[in-house]
Amino acid sequence: MSEALAAVGTAGTDSSVPAVSGARQFWRRLRAQRAALGAAAVVALLVLVALAAPLLTALEGQDPTTYHPALVDSARGGVPIGSFGGIGADHWLGVEPQTGRDMFARLVYGARVSLGVALAATMIQVAIGVAAGVAAALGNRWVDQLLSRATDVIVSMPLMIMALALLAIVPSSFPRPVLVTLVIGLIGWGTIAKIVRAQTLSLKGLDYVSAARLSGWGTWRVARRELLPGLAAPVITYAALLVPTNISVEAALSFLGVGVKPPTPSWGQMLTAADVWYQAAPQYLLLPAGALFVTVLALTVLGDGVRTALDPRAASRLRVGTGRKDAAAQKGAAQDTAAQDSAAQESAATGKEASA
Amino acid sequence: MSGFGGFLLRRAAGTVVTLLAISVIVYVVFYVTPGNVAQITCGPRCSPEQVHQVAEQLKLGDPLYVRYWHFLQGLFVGQDFSTGTSVEHCAAPCLGQSYQTGQQVLDIILAKLPVSVSLVLGAMVLWLLLGIGTGVLSAWRRGRLSERVLTAVTLAGTATPVFVIGLVLMIVVCGELQLLPFPQYVNFSDDPEQWAWNLLLPWLSLALIEAASFARLTRAAMLETLAEDHIRTFRAYGVAERSVVGRHALRGALAPVIALNANNVGSAIGGAVLTETLFGLPGIGQELVHAVKVVDLPVVVGMVLVTGFFVVLANAVADVLYAVADRRVVLA
Repeated sequence: MSEALAAVGTAGTDSSVPAVSGARQFWRRLRAQRAALGAAAVVALLVLVALAAPLLTALEGQDPTTYHPALVDSARGGVPIGSFGGIGADHWLGVEPQTGRDMFARLVYGARVSLGVALAATMIQVAIGVAAGVAAALGNRWVDQLLSRATDVIVSMPLMIMALALLAIVPSSFPRPVLVTLVIGLIGWGTIAKIVRAQTLSLKGLDYVSAARLSGWGTWRVARRELLPGLAAPVITYAALLVPTNISVEAALSFLGVGVKPPTPSWGQMLTAADVWYQAAPQYLLLPAGALFVTVLALTVLGDGVRTALDPRAASRLRVGTGRKDAAAQKGAAQDTAAQDSAAQESAATGKEASA
Repeated sequence: MSGFGGFLLRRAAGTVVTLLAISVIVYVVFYVTPGNVAQITCGPRCSPEQVHQVAEQLKLGDPLYVRYWHFLQGLFVGQDFSTGTSVEHCAAPCLGQSYQTGQQVLDIILAKLPVSVSLVLGAMVLWLLLGIGTGVLSAWRRGRLSERVLTAVTLAGTATPVFVIGLVLMIVVCGELQLLPFPQYVNFSDDPEQWAWNLLLPWLSLALIEAASFARLTRAAMLETLAEDHIRTFRAYGVAERSVVGRHALRGALAPVIALNANNVGSAIGGAVLTETLFGLPGIGQELVHAVKVVDLPVVVGMVLVTGFFVVLANAVADVLYAVADRRVVLA
């Protein structure tokens, strides 16, 4: 703790000296952003809730799949009995219309699905994207042509459309959350491959990489020891921004009725029928919608914070980080790519689909 | 100038190659699935005889490259289908036939396309106006309260899934306030005014989300351009701030915005699927969701190809526009 304070304390004076390690500098810059810190806290809380879902529902004494027909008014089409959708001591957030399943339990188990699918899909996207990008940049002309074309193709296929189509042909016996994860992961790696290829190409020309190659290191060793550390910043940045996108995609697919299917709860799926019930059971609409909103917002703000912490130009606008002079010195060569860079990152940050 | 012509040629060739590659991948992925292709293509309710007939029609006995060749032939010169009793001609570009409705896939898509095009194009006008306007404004007002409010609103916009904002808009505007009736698609040619009124909410749902990403990008690009030397020169010459921001800086910021717009055509098509499903608009998105649910494979494959075609086309057009905006691209 005192170490951290000292780091922040001296940040203003010696920040341009690269004496601190990359990781420590990253944490320092992330901590300097209040919004990102708040978002990180929210994300941590959400992850905790997802992990502790069985514990929380045990505390409540409910589970996400049991029907409670006695708690809904079948004469009125299945409206939950009681005020605000049947909120009470037994059912903390009320029950679902028609089925009477416990809302709190479905919501916290839904967090598991949302976060689990999004994180796992992001890992697949990053693994494929980094592999394809590095291989394209280091391979010979044909390897590069082949991989770059493949990347163009994958970028050209609208993610939602492809995901919908792929979900059609896989037998329904396949576990749905795993399938959704695979589909999102296998389609959404195009942009990260493009970023990694461009970054690897520019690193390849640097002296320290040339030195390693000239000293007789193999391609694999150069890639692992010299290039991957240089790729960490853009990859982490982009991956952080992919997570909220993947959450939205999973929710959208489940909302359309082709993603995660009942009885497994998912926030998107809960919203499928919500418009019919909004007057009788407003919490049925508001809870999953709010959960989605808060989760995607927190992850987006955190992703922005990570980008700012890793980007020397953006960091210059913070109180810590490199000074304004460095930013000015970086112009020129950086300027041309900067616009495209920020275009790619911005669309990653905000597009409902990664690279569409 | 030959440089620019060459650039156009290279770009066109690249587009064709990408489209062909997409068709190969789509074909292989969908017709070489591990399951029984004839059964999947025909649909779950087909009798064994029908499945057998489909297997004959798809020429499942032939090697894969021969089948793909026939598929390509269908795309470019058309194809004949035997339906057992009669022979039906499917004119180019032939995307095959739905075995569940008996209709040709292209006809299904063409019938639904006007709805989706109305939705996406109308929303695009809105999101470009809203997004670029908000971005310019917040770059201009940097550091003031209004900029913070705009930034917060756009951030919230990027974090809201399109179907959530659509649901909320529908419930508030149509349900609670009853300002508009629940949207019902009306053909533009039948009644342009009703067409616009009924599409207003779907347009807004789709545009608000996309506009947020444009606002963020425009703002970032504007701030980058505003820090450049030529802008300082303009200011030093006493050019009015309004003109510096609104004309000179905006020009420099437009290139990445064009690139993002092409990028977002794909995500907008995805958003259109959600919007159409939510508002019950009979477009290709709704049709695709239906085709996926009943596993009408030829329709699904046709939709993937057609939407991929639009995205590739949009990217190519954007590249050319980008090159027009910034000639340095041509030399690269």
